[in-house]
Amino acid sequence: MNSIRDTFPAAYTRLGSASFTEFLREVAPELLPGHRHGLHEVDPAALPAPHATTIVALTYPGGMVMAGDRRATMGSQISHRRMEKVFSADEFSAIGIAGTAGLAMELVRLFQLELEHFEKIDGTLLSLEGKANRLATMVRGNLPLALQGLAAIPLFGGYDRNSGNGRIFSYDVVGGRYEERQYHAVGSGGVYARSSLKKLWRPDLNADDAVRTALHALMDAADDDSATAGVDLLRRIYPVVARVDAEGFSRIPGEDLRTHAEQINRDLAEAAEEGEQA
Amino acid sequence: MTQPFYVSPEQLMKDRADFARKGIARGRSVVVVGYTGGIAFVTENPSRALHKISEIYDRIAFAAVGKYNEFENLRVAGIRYADLRGYSYDRTDVNARGLANAYAQTLGAVFTTESKPLEVEIAVAEVGPEQSADQVYRLSYDGSVTDESGFVVMGGAADQLGTIVEKEWREGLDLRQVLRLAVGTLGSPAARGKEEGNQRRIPAEELEAAVLDRDRSRRAFRRLSPAQLESLLNE
Repeated sequence: MNSIRDTFPAAYTRLGSASFTEFLREVAPELLPGHRHGLHEVDPAALPAPHATTIVALTYPGGMVMAGDRRATMGSQISHRRMEKVFSADEFSAIGIAGTAGLAMELVRLFQLELEHFEKIDGTLLSLEGKANRLATMVRGNLPLALQGLAAIPLFGGYDRNSGNGRIFSYDVVGGRYEERQYHAVGSGGVYARSSLKKLWRPDLNADDAVRTALHALMDAADDDSATAGVDLLRRIYPVVARVDAEGFSRIPGEDLRTHAEQINRDLAEAAEEGEQA
Repeated sequence: MTQPFYVSPEQLMKDRADFARKGIARGRSVVVVGYTGGIAFVTENPSRALHKISEIYDRIAFAAVGKYNEFENLRVAGIRYADLRGYSYDRTDVNARGLANAYAQTLGAVFTTESKPLEVEIAVAEVGPEQSADQVYRLSYDGSVTDESGFVVMGGAADQLGTIVEKEWREGLDLRQVLRLAVGTLGSPAARGKEEGNQRRIPAEELEAAVLDRDRSRRAFRRLSPAQLESLLNE
């Protein structure tokens, strides 16, 4: 049957799982992330690949907010100012990613497709936990490259339609999956962002407060980490901030972020002035 | 040594075609019909889980009649084909023509080489930027493809039902009008193989309906719940 051109190869019609990654492994393994040859002897420090940086996420009653700055760096150089690192994974979840940009983007693309593929074949949406576990497997698949210094670490979050809450999951390079309560941040500025969130996060934040808090944490991270960009008011480049709640995924418009950023800057300026006078 | 009976190729193909047609005729019909805002798919299907209409890709959907396990297999193959193509190239590089071609080749190969043809008929539709750019392909059990303009009726009484739709359908109808036309056609006496009789009113719970909505940004496919369908039909 395969001698006739353009019929579906046997793997297409075989009864199998609803996973696109597994299908890809069978028919086109060269397209899988992590499938690379000849990188064994490379010193990652000498490999000029852009790095994507800080991602923050926090929950609020009924949803969660995820934000990522727009900077990518290559050593001490800024390689991109407008890179986007926060994406909708599907209608009810978001994925942000830090690490080697090329690998990270590929992982996101495959993960988005994995969820969509499952939804189309199976006719239902995966549970939020199911999506988080699936992502863990994919991160683990990238381990050989991570060991060579080319790691991509996602932060995943979404709206759990069973419990009606926002939830956040973090990962490590070996595919460990950890549920975070309240907030989390990854990437080079993640430590600073987490400290900021530690002080700013409250259990009673509303959606708008949550957006401002995420933005504030990114601005704090940018203040201390040279690889993280804050809000570029001059060029009008704003972080990607997304909200996921019962209504689904929505990206916060730049104008709203500008208003929040200006408010945060005003508060900081006031505090600085008081400091000068004291 | 015994000589095998000689069967002429014409007879062989005819027997296979008759067999496939008989299988397809047992199933209930599917109506695929274009409207100003997209393409609508309607069939009588009391099951909420076993779908005859499905999303394939951003702008492409699939409808089938015949044996469930056979068209389900083809549906999954189509999704895999489209997703792999979109992943290797770009989402805009997936189109209904390529998919229809792959289906045609598969159906044709099974029809001529396997012991039994597939007892299915498939429609592949892609919604375009405007109604004149919509594409609807109809694929038969033997791999023949027809590029239909505006609408397709498949299943048992396809010819008779096709005539009903042909009489009423024109470009520029809206969703309400085409749904009413499709549901009316499925409930007509011709759908039950009778020339005379009463028009049957099919309850919304027993209909499976979906649309490829031209105005949705990425994934155009949307199922219509019985409640949505009811309100669209009754207004």
